[in-house]
Amino acid sequence: MKKYLSLLILPLLLLVSCKKADSSKTITVGFSQIGAESDWRKASTLSIKEEAKKRGIELKFSDAQQKQENQLKAIRAFIAQGVDVIALAPVVTTGWDDVLKEARAANIPVILIDRRVDVSEDGLYACYIGADCTEEGRKAGRWLIENVGKQAGIAELVGTVGSGPAVERKKGFEEAIKGEPGLKIIKSQSGDFTRSQGKEVMEQFLKSPERDQINVLYAHNDDMALGAIQAIEEAGKKPGKDIVIISCDGVKEIFRQILAGKANCTVECNPMVGPYLFDVVETYMRGETIPPRVIPHEDVFDARNITQEVIDGRSY
Amino acid sequence: MLKRLRFPIRYVPFAATVAVFIGAYAIGAISFKNFFTLRVFVNLFHDNAYLGIAAVGTGIVILSGGIDLSVGAVIAFTGMLVAKLTACGINTGLAILIALAVGILFGILQGTLIASFDLPPFLVTLGGMFLARGGSFIINEEALSILKNPVLDFIEDNLQLSLGNGVYLECIEVVYLIVLLCGIVFTQWTPLGRRIYAIGVNEQSALLMGVPVARTKIMAYGIAGFCSALAGIVFTVYLKSGNPLNCIGLEMDAIAAVVIGGILLTGGVGYLLGSLFGVLTLGLIQVLIMFQGNINSWWTRIIIGILVLLFIFMQNLITKLSDKKQ
Repeated sequence: MKKYLSLLILPLLLLVSCKKADSSKTITVGFSQIGAESDWRKASTLSIKEEAKKRGIELKFSDAQQKQENQLKAIRAFIAQGVDVIALAPVVTTGWDDVLKEARAANIPVILIDRRVDVSEDGLYACYIGADCTEEGRKAGRWLIENVGKQAGIAELVGTVGSGPAVERKKGFEEAIKGEPGLKIIKSQSGDFTRSQGKEVMEQFLKSPERDQINVLYAHNDDMALGAIQAIEEAGKKPGKDIVIISCDGVKEIFRQILAGKANCTVECNPMVGPYLFDVVETYMRGETIPPRVIPHEDVFDARNITQEVIDGRSY
Repeated sequence: MLKRLRFPIRYVPFAATVAVFIGAYAIGAISFKNFFTLRVFVNLFHDNAYLGIAAVGTGIVILSGGIDLSVGAVIAFTGMLVAKLTACGINTGLAILIALAVGILFGILQGTLIASFDLPPFLVTLGGMFLARGGSFIINEEALSILKNPVLDFIEDNLQLSLGNGVYLECIEVVYLIVLLCGIVFTQWTPLGRRIYAIGVNEQSALLMGVPVARTKIMAYGIAGFCSALAGIVFTVYLKSGNPLNCIGLEMDAIAAVVIGGILLTGGVGYLLGSLFGVLTLGLIQVLIMFQGNINSWWTRIIIGILVLLFIFMQNLITKLSDKKQ
């Protein structure tokens, strides 16, 4: 029996050995990340981890594996630990009222990363650092009108249902194409921001009765577009030529595809929020007021401004 | 036969579970600042109440010698039901009662197929899982939020007990503790509870003894259905939304919690109180990893896997030892 108990203790001892020196002078930030479902998300995580290391800030990182209940547990654990600041990338927009109120009662400011939340009262979070996804949708729509024309059948790959970026990128795109009756969204379905589902849903689109009317694909993120490119090739069509591909995020792989002529446009959504986040954290720790909104710098990329040099220079 | 259930060696798995829990808690208390606080302890109950309630139902079914794979799907289904009904304007209390009734009926249906038609529980509840999961999507394809609900808001703001230091004992964990207590009293001190143990130990012997096996099994699955539905309601209130994708695979967590809690998977052995420690241990591992802040969160799964294997091995050993003594 004792032998077996010690086998149990072993992995737990691993935790103790990983314990860092406890210094009350270092700033501690608890970050609840959604998961690692896309290259974009992984880049965001890496940016935050590296920036924390660079600035000597202790980062408590929790990967929620796409589940909201794990994020609620993580935030409560951060509150119990007494971190200085909580950063949260919320997987969905609702259900955060209770835990944000608890954080407020414990005097810990919450900074939202990348996605917004739907809350019943103001003052539940201190700052939102993230792209303006509605503007990204508009940029995609405008690029379409300027570069493809005013007549097109559009297939839309929507992001995770209920998530901020999905809702906003859809809204912005529809706003931009509203004035053009020749631009119609004939298919719209969720690919959950992942490559595999992007491929599956595109396959379905290409088997549907409207398949010959599709000449533009608007994907809410690059990973879904990359999956769709595979599906288009397997269906015997040419991605980038038979079907124009517009997506959001700006990951390295889509840049390569644009250079190869298989995709057409990507609206950058900058995931490197590390520097922005810790600037806000340090501002707060100095006792100054935090700006309520921080927008990272972003561009639109297509064949005209992508070269091999640009690709090599991308960190994600 | 009933005396054998009180045989001291049978306490060993339960004692081991408690030891693991206390051991892990001690390691956390030593390693991390603010770990040994009331807040962390209460959070364990609050954050895992839904799993705990589901584990009570799963535990009862496993004690009877069966298994229930439909737990996660029924949680999602009843959650969606409550969200949809309240969104349509139906009184919250009524919606909750309807969801509970649906859960009980679903459980009884599964139990009837298993008991009266002699179908394997694994397959019947697997089918039930697909039915319930599909049903959740039919109710609504996307997540439904329950934002401004006066009844739920009232419960949240008022039905809480202050334990000092900003820590509150809230409705969800109290519901779990009541369900757990009822489950323990039921299995240990009621005739139906004893019958469940009897058919779990040896169904043939129980039948020959005059135990109404079919009826007992149906009741067990009906109770499990009730627990899954209640867990679904608690989960929906916890997240303030229903989502057809909720709790995929939760039945596996419930089974793991029950096994780690010392209940034998073949049935008839173990104590529901063990499921409490199983659930808390699962939650504790997650909290330890969160406090550490640097370990990949997927280690939770690996550690749970190791614990499950260890406990099954230990239970096997004990069964062999107690068989030898006869």
